[in-house]
Amino acid sequence: MLLEFEKPIADLESKLQEMKDLAKGKSIDLTSDIQSLEEKIQALKKETFQNLTRWQRVQLSRHADRPYSLDYIYEMTNDFIELHGDRTVKDDKAMVGGLGDIDGRTVMFIGQQKGRNTKQRQERNFGMANPEGYRKALRLMKMAEKFNKPIITLIDTPGAFPGLEAEERGQGEAIARNLKEMFMLKVPVICIIIGEGASGGALGIAIGDKVYMLENTWYSVISPESCSSILWRSWDYKEQAAEALKLTASDMQKNGLIDGIIEEPLGGAHKDMKSMAKTIKATIIQALKELDKLAPEDRINQRIDKFCSMGVVVE
Amino acid sequence: MAWFKRTDKGIKTSTQEKKDTPDGLWFKTPQGNIIHTRELKNNAFVCPDDDYHVKIGSKEYFELLFDDNQFEELDANVKSGDPLNFYDTKSYKSRIADTIKKTELNDAVRTAVGKMNKIDLVVACMDFNFIGGSMGSVVGEKIARAIDHSLKYNIPFLMISKSGGARMMEAGFSLMQMAKTSAKLALLDKAGIPYISLLTDPTTGGVTASYAMLGDFNIAEPGSLIGFAGPRVIRETIGKDLPKGFQSAEFVLEHGFLDFIIDRRQLKNRLTTLLNLLKN
Repeated sequence: MLLEFEKPIADLESKLQEMKDLAKGKSIDLTSDIQSLEEKIQALKKETFQNLTRWQRVQLSRHADRPYSLDYIYEMTNDFIELHGDRTVKDDKAMVGGLGDIDGRTVMFIGQQKGRNTKQRQERNFGMANPEGYRKALRLMKMAEKFNKPIITLIDTPGAFPGLEAEERGQGEAIARNLKEMFMLKVPVICIIIGEGASGGALGIAIGDKVYMLENTWYSVISPESCSSILWRSWDYKEQAAEALKLTASDMQKNGLIDGIIEEPLGGAHKDMKSMAKTIKATIIQALKELDKLAPEDRINQRIDKFCSMGVVVE
Repeated sequence: MAWFKRTDKGIKTSTQEKKDTPDGLWFKTPQGNIIHTRELKNNAFVCPDDDYHVKIGSKEYFELLFDDNQFEELDANVKSGDPLNFYDTKSYKSRIADTIKKTELNDAVRTAVGKMNKIDLVVACMDFNFIGGSMGSVVGEKIARAIDHSLKYNIPFLMISKSGGARMMEAGFSLMQMAKTSAKLALLDKAGIPYISLLTDPTTGGVTASYAMLGDFNIAEPGSLIGFAGPRVIRETIGKDLPKGFQSAEFVLEHGFLDFIIDRRQLKNRLTTLLNLLKN
């Protein structure tokens, strides 16, 4: 599956492959042609990915090949034990979590999980958690606090699920409770937007001492499509809406709403999942090193102060 | 046999000289009952015939709750910035300016401190007239400061929610107001100061998913629409009509997310009883 702006690059790459195959079979020397084509591809990639529009980044964040929470978790850990259930209703498969080690240190991972194929997508509910998903996340966070393990959350959701049962079981209350409880967690909390960060559904596991966004992700109060449908009364203005919402990692950093951006491999995280996981892991280790220096009360106070300073008003 | 006889045929008064009934003199409830607005006001804006709770704003709630309508308004002059230079079919700046002019309000929440039956109380009350009661930086900031006031003087906090959710025109900033208000409420919780959340018609979206659902006591006016996702979105998601009464206050109570439903005419006295029970 290729996005529109990936196609010219993919075309050149397949030409390059053809050329390489040709050179292998026969005695013609194509070294210089191959080299110039490789340079051309590299230049095109740079040009394309350094000038992405906001909407193109939204598309990348939803790329069919993009790595999901469990991909990163298994890549970053030697041991990982997934833990299930909220102990009240059921196990929400759109929200995963468990204990794992990162560079020899045990942490609690929590994240939304999307599916790769139709069957998985249904099972994972497209990464849209129900209230029991948020309550499962909270249960695991409290467990992490009990055993003094840092919490790493990976955010990738098109939103909390807007369904009948979700309302009956208190979707709003579940998210609200998480926001309040996460502020008081005594252990370090690191949150990373790895794909889509849609509104309250994302924020419900994104109150942290450090909040990072991968380079090609979005995080805002509403998706560009829904924003278009409400403000422009049509689904056709998603690109304008994406521009207006200023929802990319660099926008969010500029506005002081996140703590940092994690650079992706050229072409996006899906082009090299292993190297992406490595970068994320290094970021987590570095952040933990900083956060370990603080006493739990100081971490909590800083966490509260950081979020309380967000907002622009005039008096 | 008529008592009076019309001497001239037809209506003689020219259109210009006709007297209009002033607008807003009568109110018709959804059930079709008609009531004089003066009578409505004397009845806490509840229709006596069918108990319909008319949507009201901060001005009316303050008058209903504070003794002799005496209160000190907090942060009255805080207004919206336009951090994103947001433009949809209209610029956010002009939307704000027009709304301020139209509603004579500075944003979608007003906060005040005063006495309710001689008990000190901080009240934050939302105004739905102001861009659908949407929560942007001003709403978050004013609620945060009102909670700070509660914390500083050890006064119970009452939040009256009435909102469609977060304000899109402040995008990421609006989203973080959910976090900000929840952080302050965590501090209020830790300090052991009572927080009563009154949900009124309608309370949805990011407001439901933050401060509105975080009360020590979550209470609601009868018949209010309360939910996370709006009914239209849910209908589109599940592709079915919603059951009758879905997302009503009564439905939310039945599912365990409210402590009780309160008739507005009893609001002040019930809140007083509740706070006295906590104190004594």
